[in-house]
Amino acid sequence: MNLKKLNIENKKVRDFIPQALTVLALLSVIIYFATNAQINMGNRGISFGFGFLNQEASFDITFSMIEYDGSYSYGRAFLVGLLNTILVSVIGIFFATIIGVIVGVSRLSDNYLIAKVAEWYVEIFRNIPLILQIFFWYFAALRALPLPENGISFNDISFLTIKGWYVPKFIWTNFNIFLLSVIAAFIAIYFISSYATKQREQFGRQLPTTTISLATLIILPLLTFLFLGVSLNFEYPVLKQLSSTVYTYEGGVSIIPELIALALALSMYTATFIAENVRAGILGVSKGQKEAAASIGLNKNQILKLVVMPQALRIIIPPTTNQYLNLTKNSSLAAAIAYPDIVLVFAGTALMQTGRAIEIISITMLTYLTLSISISIFMNWYNKKMAIKEK
Amino acid sequence: MNLIAKPSKKNIKIYVPIGLSLVSLSFFDVFVNAFFNFNLMGFLPSQLSYFSPLMLGFIGFYLIRIEFSGIGSLDTLNKNINSNNFNALLTLFTIFIIIKSIPPMLDWFILDANFVGNSKEDCTGDGACWVFIKVWFNRFMYGLYPDTEQWRINTAFLILFTVVGISFFVSEKLKKYFILFLLFVFPFLGIKLISGGSFGLEYVESAAWGGLSLTFIISAFAILFCFPIGVILALGRRSSLPAIKYISIGFIELWRGVPLITVLFMSAVMFPMFLPDGTFIDKLIRVLIAITLFEAAYMAEVVRGGLQALPKGQYEAAKSLGMGYWRMNALIILPQALKLVIPGIANTLLALVKDTPLIFVVGLMELAGMIGLAKTNPKWLGMAMEGYVFAGLVFWVICYAMSRYSQNLEKKLSTER
Repeated sequence: MNLKKLNIENKKVRDFIPQALTVLALLSVIIYFATNAQINMGNRGISFGFGFLNQEASFDITFSMIEYDGSYSYGRAFLVGLLNTILVSVIGIFFATIIGVIVGVSRLSDNYLIAKVAEWYVEIFRNIPLILQIFFWYFAALRALPLPENGISFNDISFLTIKGWYVPKFIWTNFNIFLLSVIAAFIAIYFISSYATKQREQFGRQLPTTTISLATLIILPLLTFLFLGVSLNFEYPVLKQLSSTVYTYEGGVSIIPELIALALALSMYTATFIAENVRAGILGVSKGQKEAAASIGLNKNQILKLVVMPQALRIIIPPTTNQYLNLTKNSSLAAAIAYPDIVLVFAGTALMQTGRAIEIISITMLTYLTLSISISIFMNWYNKKMAIKEK
Repeated sequence: MNLIAKPSKKNIKIYVPIGLSLVSLSFFDVFVNAFFNFNLMGFLPSQLSYFSPLMLGFIGFYLIRIEFSGIGSLDTLNKNINSNNFNALLTLFTIFIIIKSIPPMLDWFILDANFVGNSKEDCTGDGACWVFIKVWFNRFMYGLYPDTEQWRINTAFLILFTVVGISFFVSEKLKKYFILFLLFVFPFLGIKLISGGSFGLEYVESAAWGGLSLTFIISAFAILFCFPIGVILALGRRSSLPAIKYISIGFIELWRGVPLITVLFMSAVMFPMFLPDGTFIDKLIRVLIAITLFEAAYMAEVVRGGLQALPKGQYEAAKSLGMGYWRMNALIILPQALKLVIPGIANTLLALVKDTPLIFVVGLMELAGMIGLAKTNPKWLGMAMEGYVFAGLVFWVICYAMSRYSQNLEKKLSTER
């Protein structure tokens, strides 16, 4: 009896000591750093605080999606950087997915040449550091493009030059109504598909869901053009002579070469990983599943849609989201070629001007951390929802 | 009648020769066009002659697509690159693109490239200027390390490779000592040799280190340190003690959630603020700490995967033998868990090597950084393409070799189980 009690106490003590020591060590490190930081900042005459975010930034940013110039605050500069990071990430994710799926499916092609080419694509682009690929596109490939006056013209609508890619600008009237109609179309599609599922499960009736959905998505926005006064005009870029040798394009939207290089490198690099995920996912669906589906009389499209894809996606989606997250984090390499993302604008220029290393680096890291953690929380929820419900 | 019939075994004698010659003709046309700039089908109207190889090849492939022809090689060909019309088109496109892209590549890399000379003026051709690489080669390998002292870096790496090489051939018992030497003695010996300052060696400050050798130095040290830290973090994350568990989780997720570049920024501008005024830690060491902690978090997740994959029975068996926590982990759990995740570990190390060029953000220049420096040299402007192609090739060879090695390891281990 006594011995047993002693043992329990012993275990409690045994558990307590290492925990207490770890916490103590961590706390003392934090306190040590904090005191040093306080002394150092005191010596430099700055005090910890985030008030500087309201001060005038007085630096320009080459590329911004929202209105910005030097008279705006540091907080606004942070927002510009964040939006630019999100922009390049979204573009990168979009193209990486397309390339990745194509390459991944090609690797499983029964055409030997196609499979080999896809394999070598993966081997080449996966094994070269991303930063070198960005440098290559930016400093080597895009610098070989012609000057504005000899720009590569696509049907005189859009021009590719060393200074960037000039594309027509969309000028909307009543854009809000158009946006609402698109949202309404998606809501309608949701109801249509849930109705179709019900019909299939209860009465075994097959509705042409895809056709109906597509039609809704096209017709609803189209109606707003016809009846609700939505219209779309294009403003084309036009070559303009600034001086005897300097030309530029006016009008339209200029996509800066930094953005092109970054988006190219990010999507081609990440696509290799997505391709491997896609390949693993398709290979992960056992042959028996397809044969079983065929034996109960499903046709080829139904097998793909109802049996193979749901199972393959369950394998593909978790690691692919991870790759999306990696792409977003890798977009911080933008700083290397001066694409004004959050790292360059905020942790670079703003830090240099204010000298507030601790606040700025913390904000930058917290931003990325928030992004990562929210995506992983979403992924955990999604995985739980998608996991096979065993009976 | 026979001529318009579907290709089958009956008319194989007519169709296969015609088909094969059409396919060969189409390839020959593209080849002549690409290499000698001569249009074989020039007598046809321009649009038709442009698409003629595609059409000829397509018809040819259609004619030779005979199932169960009885000719082994023809069946293999059909099965692999010509199973249906769509595949035949894909095959043609792939081959045409490959043939078309060979001459410009060949021209740039070799035929129009310049190899001899000492300055940019010697590069007269349209192709690559390999003189640039030749002249700067020393800098790309050793950074700003003094020329006369470079034998020290060479010696350090020579010792490393020799010891690693020998350790493959010696007996198991001796191997242990070799590994201990490599892990605990050599790193400090090597770094002393390279940095100097004693034994009559001239001191070379770390700011002068650079080039590919710096890539190797940083990778080697980061690998050496991130592995044990990663294992400890993984064990911590699986610990039953809440304080240790949550501190480990927090630490791992913090590093995994942020990009390396911000961690490096932190080590460069924020970390000095946390130290007593006047203390100075070498930039290289700060970067090394940053990379090590960053990669350790990834390593921890890989190791945790191995720990989770082990059946519970292993833990119970070890405990029933009366083993304590550390003995259980050191002797039973970790050897099995680590073996399970060797491919994952190799991938993390590969990622580490690929991440090293990022140290340019704090002003250290390994291979990519040195190329950035060289291409902005006023005497060598416009050499970005050569430089980055060279760096890409070097990194590709290293990373490809590593990934092949890890794949082989994976195969070997999966057959053992």
